[in-house]
Amino acid sequence: MNTGDTAWVLTSSALVLLMTMPGLAFFYGGLVRRKNVLSILMQCFIILAMISLQWMLWGYSLTFGPDIKGIIGNLDWFALKGVGGAPNADYAATIPHSAFMIFQCMFAVITPALMVGAYAERMKFSAFLVFTILWATFVYDPLGHWVWGTGGWLKNLGALDFAGGIVVHTSSGVSALVLAIMLGKRVGTENGITYKPHNMPFAVLGAGLLWFGWFGFNAGSALAANELATNAFIATNTATAAAAFTWPMIEWIVGGRPTALGCATGAVAGLVAITPACGFVTPVNALFIGILVSVFCYIACAKIKAIFKYDDSLDVFGVHGVGGIWGTLATGLFAEKVVNEAGADGLFFGNAHQFMIQCLLVVAAVIFAVVMTVIIFKLVDAVIGMRVEKKSELVGLDLTQHSESGYTLIE
Amino acid sequence: MKYIVAIIQPHKLDEVMKTLEEVEVNLMTVSHVLGRGRQKGVTEVYRGAKEAGSLLKKIKLEIAVNEDFVEPTIQAIIKGARTGDIGDGKIFVMDLPDVIRIRTGEKGGKAIG
Repeated sequence: MNTGDTAWVLTSSALVLLMTMPGLAFFYGGLVRRKNVLSILMQCFIILAMISLQWMLWGYSLTFGPDIKGIIGNLDWFALKGVGGAPNADYAATIPHSAFMIFQCMFAVITPALMVGAYAERMKFSAFLVFTILWATFVYDPLGHWVWGTGGWLKNLGALDFAGGIVVHTSSGVSALVLAIMLGKRVGTENGITYKPHNMPFAVLGAGLLWFGWFGFNAGSALAANELATNAFIATNTATAAAAFTWPMIEWIVGGRPTALGCATGAVAGLVAITPACGFVTPVNALFIGILVSVFCYIACAKIKAIFKYDDSLDVFGVHGVGGIWGTLATGLFAEKVVNEAGADGLFFGNAHQFMIQCLLVVAAVIFAVVMTVIIFKLVDAVIGMRVEKKSELVGLDLTQHSESGYTLIE
Repeated sequence: MKYIVAIIQPHKLDEVMKTLEEVEVNLMTVSHVLGRGRQKGVTEVYRGAKEAGSLLKKIKLEIAVNEDFVEPTIQAIIKGARTGDIGDGKIFVMDLPDVIRIRTGEKGGKAIG
């Protein structure tokens, strides 16, 4: 047991909580219209509450518990049975097993919260709750087991995902695209009209908090306060800085002005892309990952979305899906054993095999997330109905789903 | 009595208040408004998506004056608000049948100032 490691992992857990609430909540909350701001904050907040409970009851056991055929963990650790102060050497030998559990809890929380941006402004609250708990249990938990759980089939193949480029961002990003398409466009956006963010300072504030909290997410994933955590920390900062700088430059080059939202969005894209790679690549290669993610995500948000006309309200697919996939593939290109002995060399360091594994990882995760999200959507839609009535959508979710309003006009 | 409504550039408010003070017009109601003219507003861009026809931020002044003050008020607003560029705004002048001071119940010209 190492007290320094334990202190860092517990601190990191709190940092990752900050990413969801208030970081992500305000990033998304600022980008919607005034009449829906509370619905976003509420969805993020209650996900934090609900998934924390799901995780301690059965989510952790399904994801990290004793393996069943490489597919899922069993329920031996239901309600944290046997998950206590003694370290679990399979996951982290120098910290309490329960410290690893609570760190991972915050990952399980933020993943479904990322999807809030795709169905923003039109999802029924009751359906949202049911969808979220089913998605966490039948998409996140199995996929987490495949990639990170002892005995997981992708882990056994040698797939690399340091902090969740696949498990967190690709899974939520592609599921978000499915949701946006199946749910349909928001009323009034049929003719290519987009709605204006109601509070840009909130969005920028949220992005700043995400950057800050992400140090816990990525450097914390070293599960120790050591040189690997430091490498992850610096790689994270480098890729994010490169992406945040690149996005507004792209806007400038293509004939517009460099925007604050572009800078904030670039930062988030950079954070996403470096997530799977930060414990395997050098800070210099993180620079390339960061520059390129802004190019790919800009094309996805500004061009591809317009061509295919889906209403991914806040670009969850464009940033987290595309960024997560790029980061995972980039890990297969730039990974070096010099950085992390437990990792592997990538294509650029003579190991094409690792790149193939990363491709398989992406394909498996995308197919699984898409298929499962379609099934869960159909199920919840049949039983409850996923979308609010048109009239409720026009009035706004704050009033119709929560009987509140975010702002008053008169004192 | 006339009711004068002026739409001006937000950054000209301080100057207009000063020029109005010079002609002893001190009472006004000011609001933030959105609007557009023949140029159809401005275009805003969010993540590469253009938001056409966004409205411009303007300031609306509302001033009730007795007949003697109508022309000085108009000239003061023009003096304070004019830059010579597109978007300087407009002044609308309307007849005002009555004014009532709520505190005293006074009516007409003496209730105005």
